[in-house]
Amino acid sequence: MTGISRRQVVANYAILIAFSAIAIYPIAGVILASLYPRGTNPSGFSLPPSWNFGNLATAWTEGQFGMYVRSSVIVATVVVIVSTVLSILGGYALGTMRFRGATTVFYLFLLGMIIPFEAIVVPLYYDLRALRMIDTYWALILPEISGSVAFGVFWMRAFFLSAPRSLIEAARIDGASSWHILWRVLVPLGRPAILTLVVLTFAGSWNEFFLPLVMTTDPKYITVPQGLSLFSGRYTTDTPLLAAGAVIVMLPVLVVYVFTQREFIRGMLSGALKG
Amino acid sequence: MDDVVAPVALEAVRRRGPERLPGEPRAVGYLFVAPAFLIYAAFTLVPLLHAVNLSFFEWDGLTPGTFVGLRNYAAFFTDPLIRSSYGHTLVLIVFFSFLPITIGLLLAASLSRIRIRGLTFFRTILFVPVIITNVVVAVTWAWIYAPDGPLNAFLRAIGLGHVARAWLGDFTWALPSVGLVGTWGEFGFCMILFIAGIMKIPASLYEAARVDGAGPVREFLAVTLPGLRHELTVALVLTVIDALSTFDLVYVMTSGGPGTATSVPAFQVYSRAFLTNQVGSAAAIGITLMLIVFAVTFGITRLMERGEG
Repeated sequence: MTGISRRQVVANYAILIAFSAIAIYPIAGVILASLYPRGTNPSGFSLPPSWNFGNLATAWTEGQFGMYVRSSVIVATVVVIVSTVLSILGGYALGTMRFRGATTVFYLFLLGMIIPFEAIVVPLYYDLRALRMIDTYWALILPEISGSVAFGVFWMRAFFLSAPRSLIEAARIDGASSWHILWRVLVPLGRPAILTLVVLTFAGSWNEFFLPLVMTTDPKYITVPQGLSLFSGRYTTDTPLLAAGAVIVMLPVLVVYVFTQREFIRGMLSGALKG
Repeated sequence: MDDVVAPVALEAVRRRGPERLPGEPRAVGYLFVAPAFLIYAAFTLVPLLHAVNLSFFEWDGLTPGTFVGLRNYAAFFTDPLIRSSYGHTLVLIVFFSFLPITIGLLLAASLSRIRIRGLTFFRTILFVPVIITNVVVAVTWAWIYAPDGPLNAFLRAIGLGHVARAWLGDFTWALPSVGLVGTWGEFGFCMILFIAGIMKIPASLYEAARVDGAGPVREFLAVTLPGLRHELTVALVLTVIDALSTFDLVYVMTSGGPGTATSVPAFQVYSRAFLTNQVGSAAAIGITLMLIVFAVTFGITRLMERGEG
């Protein structure tokens, strides 16, 4: 690291800080705006004259966010649990076993990672309507699981491929079944990979917008992003209240992110790279 | 339910005599992969085939449809609204892909020359735009771009008040304004991807370049850029796909407007299928979009990996 002047170092930090500010400004701005008195117009560059945390409560009740959060939590919980278990099972098969058609199945899952939702949303609506699932949680849960197992299987397969073969052999010699080897030997070993998958699947489900927009009309089943979209249509002029709604929606993902940012970033980077 | 049935079923399969290949059971694999594959097939692959079928019909969603062959696809060339939607996508690719990759690359390269303290902290901050819900991003930026919003307030404060306008209501500026949100959303991801990539380039290559007297520019062209080939491919593919399938931002910020100035293919799929009862046309646009995504993915990957070695 020779030949690098002090000036260069300072310049580098200045650039880094400037771009970090650009990245965080809109989010910080909207959080500050949510604390302004109702009906005022936050400038976006100064602290609120008084701290109105009450806006969050008002937005929560007026925007019916309690109901939307309930739907989102139900959908995300089921999607995360089912899709993670299915991904572990599928990834285990494709990562440690040989069977006819395994390669085809693997490529079909790979394809699923780049099929845009726009290509299937139209028939999906008519298919689910024929099954009488419109305005039920199933219309959100089943397609979301379908959309997330493609990446999930792929992700878990990569983990199982990297798991030490000798460990599997040893367990097998001890007479362990494949089921037992999976849950007692490999899954404990794969906790970081699984945690990453859980975090990414949760974020994907919580943020999903197009699917619920099409599949739900009954407010009872509307999830948080669409709830915010409806809320923003009603409160275009009351910026602090609208900002409070935005804060309610981003907070869960932001909290999960802050606590698991290592898994989050690693997952998005290596998931991207392996793809 | 599969969880309950599977162990029993698996045990039955396992007991059927000794395995043919130690450590490589075969038939069991089907049982393990079946639940994931069936749900994936039922709610992705089957609808996809159904979409292909729908795309050959003119259908309003209610009355029986009429078979029209490839006419819905021919509209790609004849329908001005479809053409302009894809045209807008090209503009978005500049903002979603080329700008963030260029910014990310320059930042990552300049940072590669020093050891950065607190990199984890900066990384956490720079990655925030990637994880924020699209609808929140859209609502936030709609506020920033509002006639009396922070952007115009800033412009007035620095004496550029005559430039201030209702950005999202302006026929010329609405599309670049939406695009810039994409730039904001993607640059941190690109940068962090590239920083991670640069860390994998052997330090000896940089030392060798410096011994040869290479300056920052030469070092960038000779060491950094070739070393990041794989990361560049990934960033290009992902950001171009994001640009091609933009929906949430457009739906919330502009609904394709003003007029059709920010209409994109995904928005056409939505409005045709669910607002104006042109179901067949919507399906065809969706399938076309998918074929373009496939072509772009394979095209970029081939192109970028070809010169390798």
